[in-house]
Parts: sequence; C-alpha cells; structure tokens
Amino acid sequence: MSHTKRTLTLEDVADLARGCAFLGSGGGGDPHTAFMEIEAALGEGGAIELIELESLPDDAFVAPCGWIGAPTISAEKLPSGREALQGLRKLEEITNRRVDAVFPVEIGGSNGLAALLLALRSGLPVVDCDGMGRAFPESQMVIFNIRGQQASPAILTDDKGNCVVIETVDNVSEERLARAAAVTLGGSCHLIEYCASAREMKANALRGTISDALRIGRGIRAARENGRDPFHGLFEALRASPHFDQAGVLFDGKIVDLQRETRNGFSVGRAVIDAFGGGQRLEVEFKNENLIARLDGQVRALVPDIISILDRETAETIVTECLKYGQRVKVVGASAPRALRSAESLAVLGPDAFKLPGPYRSIAELNGWK
Amino acid sequence: MRLGIDVGGTNTDAVLVAGRTVLASAKRPTTDDVSSGIVNATRAVLDAAGVSPWAVSSVMIGTTHFVNALVERKGLLGVGVLRLAGAAGEALPPMSGWPDDLKRCIGATSFQLPGGYEFDGQENTAFNEDAVRDAARELRRKGLQSVAISCVFAPINRSMEQRAAALVKEVAPDMSITVSSALGRIGFLERENATIMNASLSKMARHVMASFTSAFGELGIHAPLYVSQNDGTLISADYAAQYPVLTLGSGPTNSMRGAAFLTGIQDAIVMDVGGTTTDIGALVNGFPRESSIAVNIGGVRTNFRMPDILSIGLGGGTRIHLDADGQLIDIGPDSVGYRLSQEAYMFGGSTLTASDIAVKAGQANFGNPARVPDLRPGVMEKILAGFRNIFEDGIDRMKTAAADVPVVLVGGGSVLVPNELKGAARVLRPEHAAVANAVGAAIAQIGAEVDRIVAYDNEDRATALQDIEREAAERAVAAGADASTVRLVDVEETFLSYMPGNTVQIRAKVVGDLAVSAA
Repeated sequence: MSHTKRTLTLEDVADLARGCAFLGSGGGGDPHTAFMEIEAALGEGGAIELIELESLPDDAFVAPCGWIGAPTISAEKLPSGREALQGLRKLEEITNRRVDAVFPVEIGGSNGLAALLLALRSGLPVVDCDGMGRAFPESQMVIFNIRGQQASPAILTDDKGNCVVIETVDNVSEERLARAAAVTLGGSCHLIEYCASAREMKANALRGTISDALRIGRGIRAARENGRDPFHGLFEALRASPHFDQAGVLFDGKIVDLQRETRNGFSVGRAVIDAFGGGQRLEVEFKNENLIARLDGQVRALVPDIISILDRETAETIVTECLKYGQRVKVVGASAPRALRSAESLAVLGPDAFKLPGPYRSIAELNGWK
Repeated sequence: MRLGIDVGGTNTDAVLVAGRTVLASAKRPTTDDVSSGIVNATRAVLDAAGVSPWAVSSVMIGTTHFVNALVERKGLLGVGVLRLAGAAGEALPPMSGWPDDLKRCIGATSFQLPGGYEFDGQENTAFNEDAVRDAARELRRKGLQSVAISCVFAPINRSMEQRAAALVKEVAPDMSITVSSALGRIGFLERENATIMNASLSKMARHVMASFTSAFGELGIHAPLYVSQNDGTLISADYAAQYPVLTLGSGPTNSMRGAAFLTGIQDAIVMDVGGTTTDIGALVNGFPRESSIAVNIGGVRTNFRMPDILSIGLGGGTRIHLDADGQLIDIGPDSVGYRLSQEAYMFGGSTLTASDIAVKAGQANFGNPARVPDLRPGVMEKILAGFRNIFEDGIDRMKTAAADVPVVLVGGGSVLVPNELKGAARVLRPEHAAVANAVGAAIAQIGAEVDRIVAYDNEDRATALQDIEREAAERAVAAGADASTVRLVDVEETFLSYMPGNTVQIRAKVVGDLAVSAA
C-alpha cells in the first residue's frame, strides 16, 4: 500500500483556514489569528508534513490537540507560541512515551489549524484526521469519547507556562475540569486529550478531514480566481468528500434580525434571514455553533449536520460572533460524517444534547436530497 | 455660531451654522499646506454670511490628511513598541501581517515586557518598572521619537499603560507616547496596530494642528478648535494632535451626519454621489451604522469604529462607453474624476460622462447640454435605466429591513439619481447637500465609548450596564460634553462563546452636546 505524504505551503494553510471556518458550522472561532501565527512560524523555518493515518504503525502514539476557551479572549490574549509544545513534552514525560504524530481534535474553526503550529514547533507530522468533523462546544462531543476512549491524561497549558495534568474517571468530568481550569488561567488554554495508539485512532478517527477542509478552501478560492461562482467550488469540494457529500444551499437572503436570549441555561441566539423581495424566511438558532435551521417553521437542518452562513458574494464563512443585521448571505447545509449520526453518537452530540426538539433527521431527508 | 470645515483631497468646504440653520457655505481648492485652503474657505464663508470672525463660537474640522499620509506612506515617524503582555503574543510580534514597505517605513524596534491583565481584571504578570525603563533608554539611544505602548486587556484597565507612559516620560521627556487604551476595543493585534500607526503620525499631527490654530489666529478666530473622529463625534484639537488615528474615517461619517441634520431624518440610507464613486451608508438613530469587519487601512488590519460604507463605481465623472454604432457597451467603471470640467462634452471636452447624460436628459441644469452629442434612439433610456439599476441595487444591499426607507442624496453627482427608486420611501435632496461633510462636522457632538467583559453570574446585569454607561458619560464630560445632554446611543452585548458564567462583552456609546463653557 502506498501512502501519500505532502508538505503544506502557506497557501495551503490559508485554504485550510477557509475550509475550517466552513466546517465550524458557525463556531470554533475565526482562524485568522491562528493563520498569522503559522505564517510567522513558517517564516522562521520548518515544514508542516501531512500524513495519512494508515502510514503510521499500529503502536505509534498520537496526540489530538486544540484550544479551549473563548475566541473573543484569545483575540486579546494571544498565545506565547510555547503552550502546545510544553503540553506535548509533559504528556511524554508522564506517559513515558514519545509522541509520533499530532492532529486537530476538532477540524472546525480555528482549532483546525492548532495542530499545524504544534507540528512546526515539534517537528512531528500532522495526521490527516480529526475527532469531530466540525466544531462542537464541549470536548466530550467527540468520536473518541463516543467510542469509549479515555480523555485522560489531558494536559492543559497557558501562555505563562502553567500546566495542569487532568486525570478523571470519566470524560465529562474531564471537560468540566479543563474548562474551569482554562477560565481560571485566563480563558484561553491549549489542551491535549484523548491520546492513544494509532490502532485505536484507525478504528475511530474521522479520516481525511484535513484534506477535505483544504479542498473546500481551495475550491472556493480557485473558483473566485477563475471568475466562477465560489459556491460551485465549495460544492464540488464537499461532494468529493466521503463525509460531507450531501450538501446544498438551504437559503439565500438577507439577515433581518438577530436575537440573543437565555434558555434552559444556554445563551441562545437566532438569526432571521428573509429571502430577497420577501416571501420565505429562514431562522437559524445557534449556541456557539449553528444548531438548527427552520424554513418558514419547518426544520431543514439539525445538529450534528453542518449549518454555515456564508457571504453570498465571496463564500467566506461568517462565524456567529460576526453575524450582523443586513448581511447578504447564503446558508449552506452539509451532512455530518456518518459516524456522528449513529444512535450512540446522537445521544452525545445530537439535538437532545442541546435540548432541541428531536428526533434527529438527516439533512438529506429533510431537504429531499436523496 | 459654529464654523464647520471639511478638508477633502480636492476641495476645502466651510459652513456657518447657527442653531439648526445653515447660514452660508463656501468651497475653495485644498492647498498643499492645508492651512491656506482653510483660510480661503473661511474668509469666503464669513463674507458670504456677512459676519465677523469673533462671532464664531467653535470650529469643527474634518480632514483626510492623516489617512492619506498612511496610504501614501508620507511623513511617518519610526516607532518603538513596548508591549506589556508577559509571554502572551510572543508568537505574533508587533506589526505581524503588515505590508513590508510600511514596516520598513516605521521600523520595528519592539520589546515584549512583563505586564498585562486577564479578562477578569487580574494581572497576567506583574508590571516591572526596571524593564520599562531599560526599554525606554534603548529607544532613546536608537534616536526614536515616538513610542507605542500596548498592554493585554488595556481596555478594561488602563493603569499599566499609564505607569509605563510615565516612566518613558521620565527617561525620555521628548518622546511622543501613544497608549492603546486610548484607542478602544478588545482585540489585541488590531488595537496595537492602531497604536503604532498613531505613534507614526504623532509628529505630523502636532504640526497640522498647530497650523490649524495659527490659520484661525490669522483670521481673528479664537474659538475652541475640534476635530471630527471616525464615528462622527468630536475631539479637541489637542486630543487629535495626540490621537490622529481617531480621525481617519471622518469623511464619510461627516457626510452622513450632515445628511441627517439637513433633512431632520434619523434613519435613512445616505448616498454620497461623487465624481468617481457613490458611497452608500445607513443612518441608524442619526449615526452611521458601523462596519462589522476589520477595517484595512494602508494594508493594516485595525479595529477602528468606521462607518459601514458600500462604494460603487458610479459618479458624475463615470465614462459611458458606446460602440461604433452608438450602442451602449458599459457604464464605467472608469471615470474622468476631477477632470470632469475639462473632459465632459457639456464643458467642451470630448468624453461622454454620466453627468453629460444627466444634463442631456434634463435631470440637471449645468454645463451646456447642446454640446452633448445626440444619442441613437433608445440609448439614453438604456443608460438611465442602467444608473437606476446600479443605485437601486446599492440601496438594497445597505438596507436592513424589507420595508422602504428614505434615501438622502448628497454630493455633486446626485443629479444622476432619479427621483423615484425601488426600495426608497422617498428621495430627498436637501439644500446645502454639496457641503454635507462640512455641515456634519459643524453639528457634531462629543462622544465616548467603553468596552468591558462582564460575567453576569457574578455581577448583576442592570448594575453592570449602569456602571458602564456612567463611565462612558464621565469620559464624555471629560472630553468636553455638557453633562446634562449626555445620552446613551448604543449598547452592544455579545455573549462570549465557550465561556461559562454568562460572560458577555458590553460596549456602550454615549454622546452629548459641547459644554457651553467650551462653546
């Protein structure tokens, strides 16, 4: 079996950032700052190597990583750039094992780029996979938890050099402890968790999602550069993916209202989008990510399927924090990876987990795409 | 009465306003030294109104001088950067992502120093006086004249930046100092960028403000001098000399504020039709709606409070392209710009412009319509329909609701716009529309903004909002507002994603009239 291995250029990273923003389903934070960090780090030398999961021997030790905290805070308190490597070294110290490769625990939003920076700092390759296939608000909403992997030991590090080793009896406790510690340390920390052998990752990880994000970003850019509709570029890329292949425009219109309210202990927001010239109306409800889209009251997409709101001219994704009255947008839906749509997965990250009316129905079924 | 001045790239406009009445206006060419253009326009407007200089109670100036300097990289100082951040941000040194030519122009002597806060106000790392002193000495040794000080979470606590500024002053008394907390919002790199840009403009700003003051002295006007800032409110000339970046976006803002004043309408779409482009903005509650995306100036990302403006490529000088058969190929996008008065047919030139069409169609009454060649049957209608489509599309892009809205036209090219437009409840052409910018400057108020992160689980929402509003009001009064007129114009609450405790970012903005003692 031959395995491809490629070196990512800065242009690839820019495309990847664009694709990660789309897969964030409105959440995960704007990858712009992460992109700038990689740009600065690449300028100092080094290379980012992307490898396939299959190319690793079963006994290789791999570390998923990402950031925990609020994007608004990480835009003010920027990283030192040493957080990830410190966490990696601590992990190696307490497990007494060398890490062989890293990858993003979450492909959606700015976390999709986090592993690239660690790869540059450590010289390790990045594995072409992730654990969420999109962005989720809590760290147990990951395929590794659903399949029974242990989050512990998890390593949390901050800009100042503080390091917290988290060992818990279950993965929900790990999320709670990590989030509380991250807030105590200033609201933006690096987190390495769900470390495991390549054998386990081969069984559980969502493969090829970095390549998918890259293709999405490149598809949008290339279409724009060639004077084609960037949405064509987006859909060509989505349909070429085994994960996000059922995709389409849910709505085209203008944001006429934005509301935020607290419900069931969640701060929930809602974007109301009207078709040009009136008529139909789409409502998108979000809590960090976009969770549910209703067309004139009828559900058209539901978490975990991806709902992203894009600028209708450029096809750049608008994250929930940046939604504004009057923006002209296309709302794009895409299927979540199949592994996230099983009954056991839906219990952890489906409509029930967000106190939304269920049961889950797939985006293809809701829109008659089959 | 108030004297409002707009210093544009081509013309310097002056208006005299008393109460709600525009008494007179004047337009004179902008001069290289700026101040003689101001003197000429001011003399002309005083003559037109028949009033003496001492009748002017306050002077408000809007200028594009500083934004042009940045875009053209002219007259910028080298800057030293002191970053109070502990280890935070080491991954992204100052001026990351700047265009190389601008970086070379401003240099990059920077120090990453202990300090900074967390979102909840705790210290990130302790302030270190010796480290700041050493850095200041190094900047002095390098011969730098200006320093930018940026501290993590300075918008929620300014004291470390102030301490650092005081220490720099001790070590290098002549150094110009810009602190980031004076420039607003949470979002470190963008705020630091603005701080560095400001520091690089500091010498020019002092010089320009001094020349303004001497120009008015020469005219016998000794009223207090104010400068318009990006959001349409005023700062004193002394403050503008310290913080010129606050004025970068004042042009479009003043024209929209002027449109609101001239029509008495608080919520509308404003179209400023110039020679090359039409700038379309939305007035909400009498103020321009602000842009939600990072504003790029001279290639640098900033977090300035700029109006959300859609610029479309149709103005009075836009060229109309016909084929050999006289059929319409294209409207623009190229323009004869300020050469309209030489190149347009109606002024004796040989280029068909949008203004020629408006004159020929009887929509406008200037130039000589007889000089405009006759068009093939139906072509005129096609061109006018093209104008209409372009304007209607622009209005629709800027509207926030499906209902029709009033549309206010300002600027010299507004003759291109038909009197009825899809999406427009009515189309208004106020008197003095050609000097709306200067009117916007003349009627401006004092404003202040405060930006905080608050956890509602720890702090009662109503109390937090009250505190923030009070602080903004205090800042406005300190800047010269009459306390009895200060009102809240905008509160923005954004829940922070992925943070427990109902953590929100709150921004409050207040405005007030100039205090009588200052007027």
